[in-house]
Amino acid sequence: MADILMPSLGADMESGRLAEWLIKPGDSVAHGDVIAVVETQKGAIEIEAFDSGRVASLEIAEGEEVPVGTVIARLGAPGEATAAAPASAPSAPPPAAPAPAPSAPAPTPVAAPSPAPAGPRRRVSPAARRLAETLGVDLAGVEGRGPQGAVVSSDVRRAAETTRAAAPAATQQPARRRGLDLEEMRKAIAAAMARSKREIPHYYLATRVDLQAASDWLARRNAERPPEARLLISVLFLKATALALRDHGAFNGTYEEGAFRPGSGVHVGSAVAIRGGGLIAPAIHEVDHLDLDALMAKLRDLVERVRRGGLRSSELTDPTITVSSLGERGVESLFGVIYPPQVALLGFGRVSDQVVALDGAPAVRPTVELSLAADHRVTDGHRGGLFLRRIADLLQEPEQL
Amino acid sequence: MSLTEQQIRTAVLEELGNVAPDAELDGLDPSEDLRDALDIDSMDHLNLMIALHKRLGIEIPERDYPKLLTVDAAVAYLLARAG
Repeated sequence: MADILMPSLGADMESGRLAEWLIKPGDSVAHGDVIAVVETQKGAIEIEAFDSGRVASLEIAEGEEVPVGTVIARLGAPGEATAAAPASAPSAPPPAAPAPAPSAPAPTPVAAPSPAPAGPRRRVSPAARRLAETLGVDLAGVEGRGPQGAVVSSDVRRAAETTRAAAPAATQQPARRRGLDLEEMRKAIAAAMARSKREIPHYYLATRVDLQAASDWLARRNAERPPEARLLISVLFLKATALALRDHGAFNGTYEEGAFRPGSGVHVGSAVAIRGGGLIAPAIHEVDHLDLDALMAKLRDLVERVRRGGLRSSELTDPTITVSSLGERGVESLFGVIYPPQVALLGFGRVSDQVVALDGAPAVRPTVELSLAADHRVTDGHRGGLFLRRIADLLQEPEQL
Repeated sequence: MSLTEQQIRTAVLEELGNVAPDAELDGLDPSEDLRDALDIDSMDHLNLMIALHKRLGIEIPERDYPKLLTVDAAVAYLLARAG
């Protein structure tokens, strides 16, 4: 038997609300399967199974909010005939499972937890989830007309209007917890950043990196390719960072209980700004082993899921370092605040043309200001300088990345 | 196939909605820089170029991306190339 617990999806998460079960008693799950959607301060996150086995029982109902560490479901061993599971007696109504059956005060018939069909996962954009919360719309009954059937804001609005037309008085729930997600996310950022500045002795370094070689190489490469095969320069930044971390492992990991723990791989948290405010930095796993095309695909997928919903728990818990890259817009340099328990954050400012001295004469070159915020309990400035130098060197030979 | 301006404008707005499902398109000023108006970042913009290329079959070289930074500019650029 294994218990599935409400996971901690970040240093400062205290509780989570179970938005949707994607499993039921009797189902088999394997490590990495998405089993539930949990509403957190960072939006709706897909929770993955850690252990494999057969679902014996669900311990909390959809809509329930429980503290981190609470048992939310129980697993039996893969072959084990679990006492509670109805698997062997499909005719009997699910006997044991204490809570989940009648999903709370089911407001409308469509809300029954049946819609976890075999079909593909339903996507709900973060904005739509937020709006649904504000308007009191049950997402289970909303038809998604966004890309790939995703539920987007306009679907929620349409559903709200339909409901209101049908039952004019009933839905006048006061717009409770308006703007929930962004406010909650701000709180989560506040807590994490305050903890960071309280506990982590940061030091900061910066250096200017010549990008002539990288820009030229990228322009040549992209010119021969259709748009969907083109790369962004931030992909080169991610890969150079990951390769440099192989030689500078002291920046890749976490600091917990008084000691540095090296990361199990190079899992780079990539900061993505959220429209309307807020920021999230989910991990791309094993970046040092991905070629540039694969990395671009991963980054594209990640950005899409930040926008549309569908981030997974491992992406929030696994980053071993964070990279924040401004691309073509914004300011020239940024100095980050480390996301605990990580020990370093790299900032790539806006790529811009600068006058630099080249062979004793002024020249205009595309450059980027690269910064490092690092934890002085683990490394010092000398090492940080070598790490930045290594990244800069790798960017001089883009074809090697 | 010859596309009308209206068809192209519809395509641009729909694909923009797909690329940025969390952005508010109502009341978007078609002459405003999308990066400012909707916080479109380089990944969003590249995804928009991909979608328009696929949907309209019009080549958009990377060096021309800066010519498609507003809805109006994108429509004009694509119309000129739709032939």
